[in-house]
Amino acid sequence: MIITFDWLKDHLKTNLKEKNLLEQLTNIGLEVERVESVSADNELFKIAEILKTEKHPNADRLKVCDVNIGENEIKKVVCGAENAKEGLLTIYAPPGAIIPKTKIKLVVAKIRGVTSYGMLCSESELNLSDESNGITELTKEFRKNIGKSYFSKSKTNLIDLSITPNRPDCLGVRGIARDLAASGFGKLVDLEEKKIHSKNRHTLKVKINKEKGQGCTAFGSCLITNVKNSESPKWLKDKLTSIGQKPISAIVDITNYVMLDINRPLHAYDADKIEKSIIVRNSHSGEEFTALDNKNYKLESGMCVISDNKGVLGLGGIIGGTRSGTELNTKNVLLESAYFKPGSIRNTAKKLNLDTDAKFRFERGIDPLSIEDGLNKAAKLIKEICGGEISKIDIQKIETYKTKKISFDPNIFQKISGFKISLKEMVKILEDLGFEVKKDKKKLKLAVPSWRPDISQEVDIVEELVRINGYEKIKYIEPIKQRKKSTLNKFQKLFHFLQRSVASKGYLEAITWSFTDKRYNDYFRDTNKEIKIINPISSELGVLRNSIFSNLIMHINKNLDRGFKDLSIFEIGPIFNGSNPGEQNTVVCGLSAGKKSRLSWIEKDRNVDVFDVKRDVVQTLVEVGYNSEKFFIDNETPNYYHPGKSGRLFLNNGKNQIAAYFGEIHPNILKQIDIKTESLVGFEIFMENLELPKKPLKDLKVKFSFSDYQKSERDFAFIVNKDVKAQDLINTISSVDESLIKDIKVFDVYEGDNIPENQKSIAISVTIQSSERTLNEKDLEKINNLIIKTVENKTGAKIRS
Amino acid sequence: MSDLKKIKNEFLSKLNEKLDIVEINQIKSDLFGKSGLISTQFKKIGTIEESERKKFALDLNIIKDELQELISSKINELESAEINKKLEKEKTDITLPERSFVRGKIHPVSQTIDEISSIFSEIGFSVEEGPDVENEYNNFTALNTPENHPARDMHDTFYLDEKKVKLLRTHTSPVQIRTMLKDKPPFKIIAPGRTYRSDSDQTHSPMFHQVEGLHIDKNINMGHLKGCLNYFIKEFFEVDKIKMRFRPSHFPFTEPSAEVDIGYEMKDGKIIIGEGNQWLEILGCGMVHPNVLKNVKVDPSKFQGYAFGIGIDRLAMLKYGINDLRAFFDCDYRWLNHFGFDPLDVPTNYRGLSR
Repeated sequence: MIITFDWLKDHLKTNLKEKNLLEQLTNIGLEVERVESVSADNELFKIAEILKTEKHPNADRLKVCDVNIGENEIKKVVCGAENAKEGLLTIYAPPGAIIPKTKIKLVVAKIRGVTSYGMLCSESELNLSDESNGITELTKEFRKNIGKSYFSKSKTNLIDLSITPNRPDCLGVRGIARDLAASGFGKLVDLEEKKIHSKNRHTLKVKINKEKGQGCTAFGSCLITNVKNSESPKWLKDKLTSIGQKPISAIVDITNYVMLDINRPLHAYDADKIEKSIIVRNSHSGEEFTALDNKNYKLESGMCVISDNKGVLGLGGIIGGTRSGTELNTKNVLLESAYFKPGSIRNTAKKLNLDTDAKFRFERGIDPLSIEDGLNKAAKLIKEICGGEISKIDIQKIETYKTKKISFDPNIFQKISGFKISLKEMVKILEDLGFEVKKDKKKLKLAVPSWRPDISQEVDIVEELVRINGYEKIKYIEPIKQRKKSTLNKFQKLFHFLQRSVASKGYLEAITWSFTDKRYNDYFRDTNKEIKIINPISSELGVLRNSIFSNLIMHINKNLDRGFKDLSIFEIGPIFNGSNPGEQNTVVCGLSAGKKSRLSWIEKDRNVDVFDVKRDVVQTLVEVGYNSEKFFIDNETPNYYHPGKSGRLFLNNGKNQIAAYFGEIHPNILKQIDIKTESLVGFEIFMENLELPKKPLKDLKVKFSFSDYQKSERDFAFIVNKDVKAQDLINTISSVDESLIKDIKVFDVYEGDNIPENQKSIAISVTIQSSERTLNEKDLEKINNLIIKTVENKTGAKIRS
Repeated sequence: MSDLKKIKNEFLSKLNEKLDIVEINQIKSDLFGKSGLISTQFKKIGTIEESERKKFALDLNIIKDELQELISSKINELESAEINKKLEKEKTDITLPERSFVRGKIHPVSQTIDEISSIFSEIGFSVEEGPDVENEYNNFTALNTPENHPARDMHDTFYLDEKKVKLLRTHTSPVQIRTMLKDKPPFKIIAPGRTYRSDSDQTHSPMFHQVEGLHIDKNINMGHLKGCLNYFIKEFFEVDKIKMRFRPSHFPFTEPSAEVDIGYEMKDGKIIIGEGNQWLEILGCGMVHPNVLKNVKVDPSKFQGYAFGIGIDRLAMLKYGINDLRAFFDCDYRWLNHFGFDPLDVPTNYRGLSR
């Protein structure tokens, strides 16, 4: 909502300065978004005439125009507009002027070799309208003003307010003045009663159809006959241009003015173009009409239309039609002032994707009792400016507005705001805002003003009182430093631990969007269902991610393109497996590319590999507190991992839930994404599948036991079939005597010479220690033999001699 | 001259010659070996007459100590000379680079969430979370934003079905609804998390982060709200004083509603929080609307309280001088390295938010 202090003063008597005004507006909840001076610079924009146009010597689309700006000297201006032609009256901006839209300051410039002194402006460049096709075309009435400033001098600034959707009353200057006056900023000026006292009959029949879903509850109108539509008088044009609106014709300008002044949208029809009568009804499916935006709209059934006997004239409260629009030669006007239901307006506008000033106001709620005021004010102005005769006002209604009543307990104010104001002050504020207040025992009986659809209960009254009294009156109550419940639950603690544990292994944490490119998602979707966003911001962000890899791989690729070679990134966040709330899991996903050490004088360089990520996964899980001796790992992994170089990890051999996957990313994906790196490995840890610790850390720390007896290490080399897994050997050895076998290490795996085909040699070192005594050679020999025998029996291995 | 003196003099002079380790060891064995000269003298003690025995033993011990000391000092001298010689050869260029290491980092948004949690933890808030995919009821209707409310326009919503029932939450406020439906009052929670709006430019990203706050009890009023936020902002920006302004605004789910601005100024291109004459909007808040409480079966005549919503990314930008919101999610290795935090820098109450 754009206002000026000058306009405000039509409704508000005050001696205060604009600076105070801006502060006060924000203090009472009418936030000042921007203040712009329209006056100073805009005087530079002059009414001008094109005398001659020539084709630019070096550019097909440009013209060199001779422009008369009312001075002796003719200005040469280069212009690209198609409509620039000899004799056109338009608006000229000299060097030094700042173009309102782009905020660019003009300078004398050479354009393709021809010097241009200033510029001819389009309406959009001047913020007059959205019209950017061609330069502004002025009517011939402007000829006498060539050389004069197009914008009239304005002393006050343009003030742009951000009005919250609950305050339609402040979409009119008067509403803003009322709020200011209530807050003590000046006095609200009383409006003179300007009722139409007419004896002329209203000869056009208006009917609101009583039908289901009817969006119009009241339709007021009057006829103004024998008018002479013209340009608006200066005061009216100035008013509109002062807030950046473009004057059109007196009738249109008047309806706009009344709308901006008291937030009462009106519509003016050329009465001669209406076929017999007005019928307000629901549209029929497939009906069409051309709206004032020159677009053709095809309607669904049930939209509120204003029609005549021939068909649709306009969409009630949203936009009128070209068929019945007023023009400069319009003689008889039907002025409409109606009430449309916000919901109906919103539905229709949404379906047709239409946004107009009237729609914006009606969907927020127009004062239902302003129908007559609007007609009175506008009709009188039309008569004043355009002449003619006003008919009696006709108001058709299918519902009667009932004033809302609230019984307000003054004690609630302090209970909610935390501070106190007197009853007298409360009454004053509410009365200033337009409430009728009656004291009734300990309560206030309030009648809510018809322009406040936002107020319906006691707490709304509290807000009004705090707002007008000033939010700075609210005290600061220091918070109490007391904790009754732990801040994080076990899952959240696990989240934070995992996050920092993975980061501590050299991974940079990334946060990427929860949606992703379908193409990338498909690489990592495995057997999951695709979840589409029906209105994505772009087609590359069209699906919710089924895996974090999709985004990470995209970003790691971008970083490789930036010239980084060895990268590790990870993200901890949601992946989605369905489109219902809760069908998501928290995953820690890491990705490493390149080499472990590159160009090192001391270390051998090698690619990152599956055992790097395996270590990261296992170490992280061990740090969290899981026992790695119980881990069970196999190689069944989703199809985006290298089938031979990837693994699946369970926290125990019950194999209940998959704790993690890790491995090389499938080479096919790398090829298709065209990633250039020596190696790409990744992992996923599934948080929901990790069993949360039953015991807190303090309970895990209590028992400390160790053995001081001598340890012995024994080495074994087994020859086994290739498909026998190291883990099977380890598990078998460990099962031989869990109390004596303290540690098992694989220190060599060998295939090749001296080993039969399809077999391999695995060398294992076993640490044996008793917690009761020092073992002698005989004991050791015994367990040695037991290990060999058990392994040979259970796995088909042979001890290597 | 007695035998003892003779031995002493002879060996003292021998030991003063330049000897290598082998020769010294030879001398040592000549003297103290099984049949060494000194050892032999000790065996003689028993045969000496009683009157002289004491003196002899005393003299012998003195000589023994003297020689032994000299020998071990000679040996030490030689050994250390030998080690020094060896070390001389082992000298390396210590300015060569160490073995390579990699440093991981925590994303500034994660760090900021931890900072926020740490601050609110101290005044008794616990952390709640909710799903990213929400239904239209929790995201809007239950929050007193019925269908066809113009406030819905301010939330450009991503939908997952044509009926527009399932959506990506546009704010963290539905966590209020879930929390209050799940438990009984009082409630004192914060809910940080991802939020989504179909909007993208320099200052808007289709995904961003918010933290919701909710405190419902029997007598919680706007003074508590003001005090809580003032405390939070001061702690978060690690300043002693903060200039703060509450101004009326509108959110369907709070009444009265407020927006909060903090004072700032620009100094040498850097934003200084808490001083200056310019205002920066940082959060929205208000007293939870009685309609919301009714929707979650909390009796508004018994319980009341406040809620607030803060943009986490924006807080992080202000605190750490980050200019472009979209860079948060761009994953540029250089950016992550520059703005990321060491994983050991865990914000805590006792240690403070930052070093």
